[in-house]
Amino acid sequence: MDALVNALYAIPIVGLVFQFAGYLVAIIPPISPIILRGATPLALGGMCGVVSERSGVVNIGIEGTMLASAFTGWVVGVALAPVLGSTPIALFGITLPLLLALVASLLVALAVSYLHAWLSITVRADQIISGTIINIAAAGVTGYLNTLISKNSPTSAGSFALFTPPTALTNLPIVGWLFNMVLNQGPITMSMLVLVVITQVMLFRSRWGLRTRAVGEHPRAAETVGIDVIRLRYRNVLIGGLFAGLAGAYLSMEATNSFQANMTAGRGFIALAAMIVGRWTPVGALGAALLFATFQSLGQAIAFAPPGGELGVLMTAMPSQIYDALPYLVTIIVLAGVVGRSIAPAADGQPYERESAT
Amino acid sequence: MTPPVATPAGRSAGAFARAAWAAIALPFVAIVMALVVGALIILVSELLVTGRPFQPTLPLTAYQALFVGAFGSFDGLVATFVNAAPLVLGGLSVAIGFKAGLFNIGAQGQFLMGALGSVMAGVAVATWPPFLAIPIAVAAGLLAGAIMGFIPGILKALSGAHEVVTTIMLNYIAVGVLAALVSGPLKVPRSPSPVTYDVGNAAYPIILGRDGHLGILVALAGVAIIWWLLYRTTWGFEIRTVGANPEAARYAGMHPRAVIAFTMTLCGMLAGLAGTGVLLGVSHSMTSSFGTTVGFDSIAVALLARSNPVGIIFAAILFGAMRAGAGLMQIQAQIPVELVDVVQATILLFLVASPVLRALFRLRGVQTELGSTDTITRTYGGEAVR
Repeated sequence: MDALVNALYAIPIVGLVFQFAGYLVAIIPPISPIILRGATPLALGGMCGVVSERSGVVNIGIEGTMLASAFTGWVVGVALAPVLGSTPIALFGITLPLLLALVASLLVALAVSYLHAWLSITVRADQIISGTIINIAAAGVTGYLNTLISKNSPTSAGSFALFTPPTALTNLPIVGWLFNMVLNQGPITMSMLVLVVITQVMLFRSRWGLRTRAVGEHPRAAETVGIDVIRLRYRNVLIGGLFAGLAGAYLSMEATNSFQANMTAGRGFIALAAMIVGRWTPVGALGAALLFATFQSLGQAIAFAPPGGELGVLMTAMPSQIYDALPYLVTIIVLAGVVGRSIAPAADGQPYERESAT
Repeated sequence: MTPPVATPAGRSAGAFARAAWAAIALPFVAIVMALVVGALIILVSELLVTGRPFQPTLPLTAYQALFVGAFGSFDGLVATFVNAAPLVLGGLSVAIGFKAGLFNIGAQGQFLMGALGSVMAGVAVATWPPFLAIPIAVAAGLLAGAIMGFIPGILKALSGAHEVVTTIMLNYIAVGVLAALVSGPLKVPRSPSPVTYDVGNAAYPIILGRDGHLGILVALAGVAIIWWLLYRTTWGFEIRTVGANPEAARYAGMHPRAVIAFTMTLCGMLAGLAGTGVLLGVSHSMTSSFGTTVGFDSIAVALLARSNPVGIIFAAILFGAMRAGAGLMQIQAQIPVELVDVVQATILLFLVASPVLRALFRLRGVQTELGSTDTITRTYGGEAVR
C-alpha cells in the first residue's frame, strides 16, 4: 500500500495532485471545526438565496444584509454591555446584551430585506440592481457609522463561546473528529446545521415549500389556484433576510467580537455561488459552502502543518496573499463547471404583475 | 394635429427644454432627496453617537465645506476633474456592459489589474523617452484590464456563469494578486514597506494647474470613442441588440456569445484604463494597499447617467466633486468622508425607486428606466444566452 502511494507521488505533476489529495485527507479531520465555522456564514447566506429565489426573487443583496446585521449586532452589544453587565446566563457564554444584540441584528436584517422585497416585488425594479444598491448602501452606512463610533474605541459585548464536547466522544476512533467538528462550535454554527435540515425538509415536504416552488416556477399558475404570489414572495424574502442576518451576527458576534468595515469580504457572493452550485437546495448549499470553506482554511492549515515533499516546498513558497485569493478562485472554477447543469427556478428574477380583475 | 402656435424657433427651444428636463428630472430629484437624507443621517448620528453639543446647522456646514472643497478654488476644481477622470472611464465600462445586458461589478478588479499592468510596464521603461514610455505603460494597462474582462466574458459565453458572481470573485483575486506581487517580485529591495519603483518617464504629463494630468483628456477621448462605437458602428449596434434581446439578435444572425465576450473585454479595457490613469497620473508607484472606491463609484456613475456616454461626464464630475471635497468636509465639520458613500448609495436607492419618486413629485413624461438592464436578470439562471 505504502509502495503504491509512493509510486503515485513520484509521477511528475500528476504526483503533485495525488500528494495534494493525500494532504487533504490528512489535514481535514484536525481542521474540520475551522472548516465548519468558515462554512457557517456561507451556508446561511446560501439559504437566504434559496428561500428567496425558490419563490422567484433574485437576492444579490445578501452581502449588504449580512454587513448591516453584523454591524448592528456589534453596535447594540457595545451600547448595552455597560448597562446590562456581562455575566453569562447560560451555555455558550450567552449574556443578556449579546442576546439582545442578536435580536437587534436580526431585526435590521429583516428591515433591509423588506427594502429589497419592496423594491423588487412592489416597485418591480430590476432585482439585481436593487440588490447591488443594498450592498453599496450597507457598506456606506456601516462604514460611516463605524468611523464615527470607533473614534471612542468602545468595548464590545464579547462573543458567543464555543461548546466543549466531552472527550469521550471526540476521542472515538474514526468518527471522533466528526463529533468534534459538529459539537466544538458556537450556538450560531450549531443552529445553522439544524436550520439547513429543517429548511430542506420544509422546502420539499411542506405546504409552504410546495407553494414556494410553484410560485418560483410559474407564478401565474400558482395564482390561479389561489396562492397569493405577492405575499408569499414578501414572506420568503423576509425569511431569507433572517438567515442572512444570522450569518452577519455570526461574523461580528461568534467568529470575532468586533466589527471592521466591509468585514463580509464577499462572503455574500460566495454564498450565492454556493446556492447555485448546490442547485438551489439548502443541503446542496451547505455542501458547496463546506467545499469553499475548506479552501478558505487551507492557508491556515499550511501555516500550522505544511505537507512534506515537493508539494510542501511548492505550497510554502507561495505568498500568503495567494491563499487569501484561493477561495474566490475555486468559486469561479466550480461555478463555471457546474452552472450550466444547475437550473434556476423558471420565474427567478421576474417581477410579478397581478392579473387585473376586469 | 393642432397647427403650431408659437414660432418654430421658440417651439423647438421649448421642446428642447422639456426633453432636457425629462432626462435630468429624476437624477436631479434623487440627488436633492439624497442630500436631505444625508443631512438627517448627520443629525441623528451626531445626536446618538458623538456626544458633541448639538448643532442643527451642521449638515449645512458640511455640505458647504464639500462644495467649497470641490469647486471653491482652482486647485479644488482641478482635483474634482482628476477625481472624475477615472470615474468617467469606469462609468463607461459599466455602462457599455449595461448596453449589452451585462452587469460589470468587476470594474474594481479590472481597475486594479490595469494599474498593476501599467506599473509593471512603466517601471521597466521608466528611463525611456516619454513618447515611447507612456504608450507602452498604457498599452500594458489596457491589456491587463482586457484579460480581467475577458475571463468573466468567456465564462458567461461558454458556461453561463453569471458575471455578477464571477466579477466580484475576480475583484478579490485581483486584490490578492496585487498584494502578492507588490510585496514580492515588484517590491523595491530593502524598502521598509511594500512599494514598487516609480514609473519615471511613463508618468502622465501635467496639463492643468498643479495636479491636472493627461488622464482628464484620455477620459474625454474615451467618451467620444465609446459614443462613436455604440451609435455609429456595427459592433455598437450588435452590442445594443444583444442587450435588448439576445434571442432576437441570434435570429438576426448575430452571435450573442461572441458579443458578450467582446463586450466584457471592452469593459475590462475601459476600467483598466481608469486604473492606468490613477497610477500614471496620481500615485506613480504602487503600494500593496493600492485601491480606491473607483470600481463601485463607477456603478453609481453609470446608473445615474442612465448609461448615456455624455451623461457619464456630468455624473462623474458630481461624484468626483464629492470625493474632492470630502477632505475639507472632514476637516471643517468633523464628518467622516464615508458620508459620501452614504449620499451616493441614497441617490441610487431613489433612482431605483424612481416609479415611486415620479408619483410622489408628479413628474409626468419623465424617463424612468435605467437602460436595458432587464437582460441582466433574465440571464441570471445561466441558460438564456445561446
